[in-house]
Amino acid sequence: MGSMKEIFNSLLLKELLKGMAVTGKYFFARKITVQYPEEKTPQSFRFRGLHALRRYPNGEERCIACKLCEAICPALAITIEAEPRDDGSRRTTRYDIDLTKCIFCGFCEEACPVDAVVETRVFEYHGEKRGDLYYTKQMLLANGDRYEEQIAKDRELDASYR
Amino acid sequence: MDAVMNFGQGIFGGIWPGVWTLIKIVLIVAPLMLGVAYLTYFERKVIGFMQVRIGPNRVGPLGLIQPIADGLKLLLKEVIVPTGANKGIFVIAPMLALAPALAAWAVVPFTDSLVLANIDASLLYIMAITSMGVYGVILSGWSSNSKYAFLGAMRSAAQMVSYEISMGFSLICVLMVSNSLNLVDIVNAQHQGRLAGIGLGFLSWNWLPLLPMFMVYLISGVAETNRAPFDVAEGESEIVAGFFVEYSGMAFAVFFLAEYANMILVSALTSILFLGGWLSPVGFLPDGIFWLLAKMSAILFLFLWFRATFPRYRYDQLMRLGWKVFVPVCLVWLVVVGCWMMSPLNIWK
Repeated sequence: MGSMKEIFNSLLLKELLKGMAVTGKYFFARKITVQYPEEKTPQSFRFRGLHALRRYPNGEERCIACKLCEAICPALAITIEAEPRDDGSRRTTRYDIDLTKCIFCGFCEEACPVDAVVETRVFEYHGEKRGDLYYTKQMLLANGDRYEEQIAKDRELDASYR
Repeated sequence: MDAVMNFGQGIFGGIWPGVWTLIKIVLIVAPLMLGVAYLTYFERKVIGFMQVRIGPNRVGPLGLIQPIADGLKLLLKEVIVPTGANKGIFVIAPMLALAPALAAWAVVPFTDSLVLANIDASLLYIMAITSMGVYGVILSGWSSNSKYAFLGAMRSAAQMVSYEISMGFSLICVLMVSNSLNLVDIVNAQHQGRLAGIGLGFLSWNWLPLLPMFMVYLISGVAETNRAPFDVAEGESEIVAGFFVEYSGMAFAVFFLAEYANMILVSALTSILFLGGWLSPVGFLPDGIFWLLAKMSAILFLFLWFRATFPRYRYDQLMRLGWKVFVPVCLVWLVVVGCWMMSPLNIWK
């Protein structure tokens, strides 16, 4: 008897009509498309985009060449060389991040004891030839200078969770 | 109209009937091609809407120039003939696919006077011509000299031939009740009966008394045009693009045109055979070509709706549906309709 009912139901196309009712309903649903270049989705203050090296307000770079970021980087994207500066403080002579290796996990940012290396909200950048995405210390410091305002605001928002 | 005829007669003389026919062909094919182009646009829009997206909207206002941009792109692309392909057949196959889809329009009536060739066996002509479409599929698959194309062609051919049988059976029911093979007569026959007399024309159309046949015809039509959920011929996850996997540029576009022209043809035939063609659904509104266009649009929307809803049939299930479900259903309903017509309850007299 059960199979008879099944045959009857399939001949009446019941389940097909149910499926069509679902898609038919969504035909009138509000569309969720984000028109990307004109509209953008909201970003978290923890967004992990392009890297930057920060400075203290007096212009001194924060990085003390502890190499914790280099050690924790799972993709081995960070290369650091360091030696004492003339005033005796320990500073990096080379701080490179290969963004083609980077997986944007945010470990470097977490490992940093002085909040020197951070990931900004910038995700719209590109390289036009090989090597363009190999960021050197100067480029990273420049990023930091350019986005410092946003970076500082984001750290402040995040502070209560840390 | 007479003035046009006299003017043409004056200019072209003896060859005027030929020229006049050509003009009429262009008048049918040009809107059809435009319809095909915009059907692709509406397909993308409708499927997008059902997937909570908004579909193409970049080229022109609301993306309305999109099909033209697509057409231009395909025109400018190179047609690559694979090494080892049978070049002559490879080039002819797309035309063999498109030509029947266009030729069938010769007998499709838009109103009772607006038809290119009002021949008595037009339903037979349609069935004969649409059956030819499978040659384009088989030849393209074979001449490509590629296993995916060949497998796709085999599947597609088997599918099209199988579903033609149930399609044919449902058409037999239609011609039994309308007592004619002429499409104009078939539509006019749907205008008779008690329900049409009291102004409820849409209840006297063939779809209601022949409801199972209507469903069978509609679903077979989807299968016949190789549309989702019966698109095993071009199952992307299995055999890439099926029989036209080796085609590029304009040759590919011709297959595309053929598929969509076939969709429009099937929707036109469904409207004419089951939904009363140009007849108005209620008595107080005038009949006219716009009813036919509205019915065709509704059925084309159904095609797109099916595609947005159903997953692809497995191949053996597809064959089972064709042979073990549709053919028996058709045979039973054929007998039912026959008995109905012989009984005193006959509504078609």
